[in-house]
Amino acid sequence: MDINTLRIMTTVASFIMFIGILVWVWRNRNTSDFKDAANLPFKEDER
Amino acid sequence: MQDLNIEANTYNDSVVRQFSIMAVVWGVVGMLVGVIIAAQLVWPELNLGLPWTSFGRLRPLHTNAVIFAFGGCTLFATSYYVVQRTCQVKLFCGKLASFTFWGWQLVILAAAISLPLGYTQSKEYAELEWPIDILIAVVWVSYAIVFFGTIAKRKVKHIYVANWFFGAFILTVALLHIVNSAAIPSSFMKSYSAYAGVQDAMVQWWYGHNAVGFFLTAGFLGIMYYFVPKQANRPVYSYSLSIVHFWALIFTYMWAGPHHLHYTALPDWTQSLGMAFSLILLAPSWGGMINGMMTMSGAWHKLRTDPILRFMIVSLSFYGMSTFEGPMMAIKTVNSLSHYTDWTVGHVHSGALGWVGLVSMGALYYMVPRLFGQKQMHSMKAIEMHFWLATVGIVLYISSLWISGVMEGLMWRAINTDGTLTYTFVESVKAKHPYYIIRLLGGLLYLSGMIIMLWNVLKTATSGKAATATIPAVTAHA
Repeated sequence: MDINTLRIMTTVASFIMFIGILVWVWRNRNTSDFKDAANLPFKEDER
Repeated sequence: MQDLNIEANTYNDSVVRQFSIMAVVWGVVGMLVGVIIAAQLVWPELNLGLPWTSFGRLRPLHTNAVIFAFGGCTLFATSYYVVQRTCQVKLFCGKLASFTFWGWQLVILAAAISLPLGYTQSKEYAELEWPIDILIAVVWVSYAIVFFGTIAKRKVKHIYVANWFFGAFILTVALLHIVNSAAIPSSFMKSYSAYAGVQDAMVQWWYGHNAVGFFLTAGFLGIMYYFVPKQANRPVYSYSLSIVHFWALIFTYMWAGPHHLHYTALPDWTQSLGMAFSLILLAPSWGGMINGMMTMSGAWHKLRTDPILRFMIVSLSFYGMSTFEGPMMAIKTVNSLSHYTDWTVGHVHSGALGWVGLVSMGALYYMVPRLFGQKQMHSMKAIEMHFWLATVGIVLYISSLWISGVMEGLMWRAINTDGTLTYTFVESVKAKHPYYIIRLLGGLLYLSGMIIMLWNVLKTATSGKAATATIPAVTAHA
């Protein structure tokens, strides 16, 4: 396979992945998962 | 005698303490060298006529000391501090962590000796010769093992966003360093780059710009994402935004390097590609800035009373400013005026003194009292004073170099009606003299703030004693 085809495929795959991340984040924006993660720095204070 | 059980339930903060203290020490050293070379630009006789103290040798010493010694030690300290606390486990492999400290100090020492002696690979921000490069690679891989080993044994479900940024910084710097340092040694302390011609230039600026993007940006965003929420005592404004701007930053930064090579032998399409990606970069950069700033919403009043928080928030303002200026300067037409002038130097310092410097100082002021079992720093007044010295220093520095940069750019391109140059080069050098004095003054103010910080940190450390922080015993599963 031509090396340039591989390069194009990597670039396109990266772009699709980024769009995928956007969609995933948008759909999860109000879930408790993100909330819990955002509160991780404060976990050490609740002893 | 310390009980083994207690030992296992505490964070490894001794390596954090070592790196924190050395960050401040190297900060003073690196900034002092910066002030010396700024003075040399005003009074060239200050190079003393010696090769070891000439501008060309001290300048890389300055950049290496502030970026890799001050910035590097700060990143080691904060990442080790943050990864333990957000994963709620002790640092993986304490001996290796200790090796990263001593190894990194050895690298700095080798740089401080070899650069004034004139050993250099002549690659900006990658000047160190091949034996030192190998040591850097070994230390860096150990750093990656310690960091990711700690993440792997974490006791919480999520990997906090700060660790994503630290992780990206560690992985990418390893990649950049190893690829760009590929060289063929011809003798001890002399080597030739593995690449030739314009490829060598492109590899160098792929490295150079990503060193800015991942060493000086991603790493310090990791600092921002932990210490701003902690100091403001509220979670980050938007966790979704943090994920989106993280990935946008990762996917975009790698392509922006060619803007360092506008109007060179680099193919035109590559230059345009670099320019386009530099412009896109504004979005993820401002995403990070807005996320940090908005964390303050509802708590803005704290800025009035808390100088540490002020360090962090003003740092974010400089981050926003310099990441607006950067894309603008990457536009080819703007670059044709700004390139090779003092404007570039001013831009770098607005990012380095403003963003990287201030956020590091804020994080260190947060960590140091906690590491030494104190409620707060020895003197809050001194922090306040440091803040104003640093801020006024930065403003003097960058505004004087804006003026002198644009002025010299315009002088270089000025042409008479008959097509000859209006000004000789030396006329543009002479015109910059007053601005170089103002720049020196700005640097002096910034350095004096750092000296106050060193005094304050040493006072805090000596009046307290090394504190051991316990890992929370029961972890609520997220």
